[in-house]
Amino acid sequence: MEILISLIKILVVMLVLLTCVAYLVLVERRVSAFIQNRIGPNRVGYKGLLQPVADVLKLFIKEDIVPKLANKPLHRLAPIIAIVVSLSTIAVVPFGDKINLFGYEIKLQIASVNIGILYVLALTGLGVYGIAIAGWASNNKYSLLGGLRSCAQIISYELSMGISIIGVILVTSTLQLDKIVEFQHGWRWLILLQPIGFITFFVAIFAETNRLPFDLPEAEPELVGGYHTEYTGLKFGLFFLAEYANMITGSAIVVTLYLGGWQFPYLQSSGLPEFWTSIIQVGTFAAKVGAVLLFMVIIRWTVPRFRYDQLMDLGWKFMLPLSIANVIVTAFIIYLFE
Amino acid sequence: MIDNYIPLAIILGFATIFALVMTRVNEWFGPKKSTEEKQTTYESGMEPVRTAHERFSVKFFLVAMLFIIFDIEVVFMYPWAVNFRQLGLLGFIEMFVFLFILMIGYYYIWKKGALKWD
Repeated sequence: MEILISLIKILVVMLVLLTCVAYLVLVERRVSAFIQNRIGPNRVGYKGLLQPVADVLKLFIKEDIVPKLANKPLHRLAPIIAIVVSLSTIAVVPFGDKINLFGYEIKLQIASVNIGILYVLALTGLGVYGIAIAGWASNNKYSLLGGLRSCAQIISYELSMGISIIGVILVTSTLQLDKIVEFQHGWRWLILLQPIGFITFFVAIFAETNRLPFDLPEAEPELVGGYHTEYTGLKFGLFFLAEYANMITGSAIVVTLYLGGWQFPYLQSSGLPEFWTSIIQVGTFAAKVGAVLLFMVIIRWTVPRFRYDQLMDLGWKFMLPLSIANVIVTAFIIYLFE
Repeated sequence: MIDNYIPLAIILGFATIFALVMTRVNEWFGPKKSTEEKQTTYESGMEPVRTAHERFSVKFFLVAMLFIIFDIEVVFMYPWAVNFRQLGLLGFIEMFVFLFILMIGYYYIWKKGALKWD
């Protein structure tokens, strides 16, 4: 029964995640159109709501082109790594507390493991392989440059990401994501206890997901498409999917670690029926993730791109010392007051 | 205990199957009209000049090496952070010394210009 429940949970979460990715692309196109004073896609279905379906169908019937000089097995392996990593990260994120359905008490998290944060970091580390292999296997100069840039950028910002999280662990004394959310009941959100950590972590998430102002790996004017220049059809689609899925998991982790996760202040003491409390908690989580995603989309269309040396300077000479200082100050304060 | 990890195995397997199917779809449904031009490497419409598997900037190796050093430090800090409240003053001072030594190295690579991009 346990296994059946987790299978159902995985299927539901996967379907929701993939649908969210499709509609996030649509939201991004509509918001960019609004910012640039255009109309954007509005013809397929009511107000363009079926546009993602049309796009995916179009990708399905494209020709599969692999360049003659490419390393064929690796060329095929790269999108697989990228998508597996980005789809599996969501497994440890709690999207609600507990819900009673048909007499079963279901925990609203796929896997409540005590190494939650380490799992997230390990998988984001693996994601680099997909990009590096894609850049190398295509045997194309643009791809290689895009892949190298992307690797250097991701590993540089992974340091400040990892060190920012240490601040959270110092405060909560656990690596388990659902325990971290439980810690943030009421208004004890970690953004209030860890403001500097929140900023460095959020900036690092932008860099990890290759979003503007850190989208140098793709920098269209210089590198055509970056590491996925030589990919067509659904193989390109998988990279695209992985990028947007990473955005969603990234925002979900920001919300979990710093913005209180599914916590809705004073909801538990309000006397609502248990079932509706659970529904509101899941809704709260979705709303917070949506707000963070909308912020990321707006940033993309309003901020220019960094130069590469500025990007590396920001990562190594500013974010890294800042996040280490944050850890030291946090440890000092905890030691003094507890 | 180990039961908690079964869903992780399932989700990894599920994602792998999804990815394997998706990379084959275009071979099943897509057209197969391959020409010589389509299979050449893209280089903004020019004839490709040599291959891309040549030497590239050593800076990238340097960044990767620095990353390993600092990432191992981060890995050391995780168990310390979880147990910080039990370790007391000794734990605090020990980590401070550890970070201090690391910061000397950080200062060294900064002054050596390892972090400089031109």
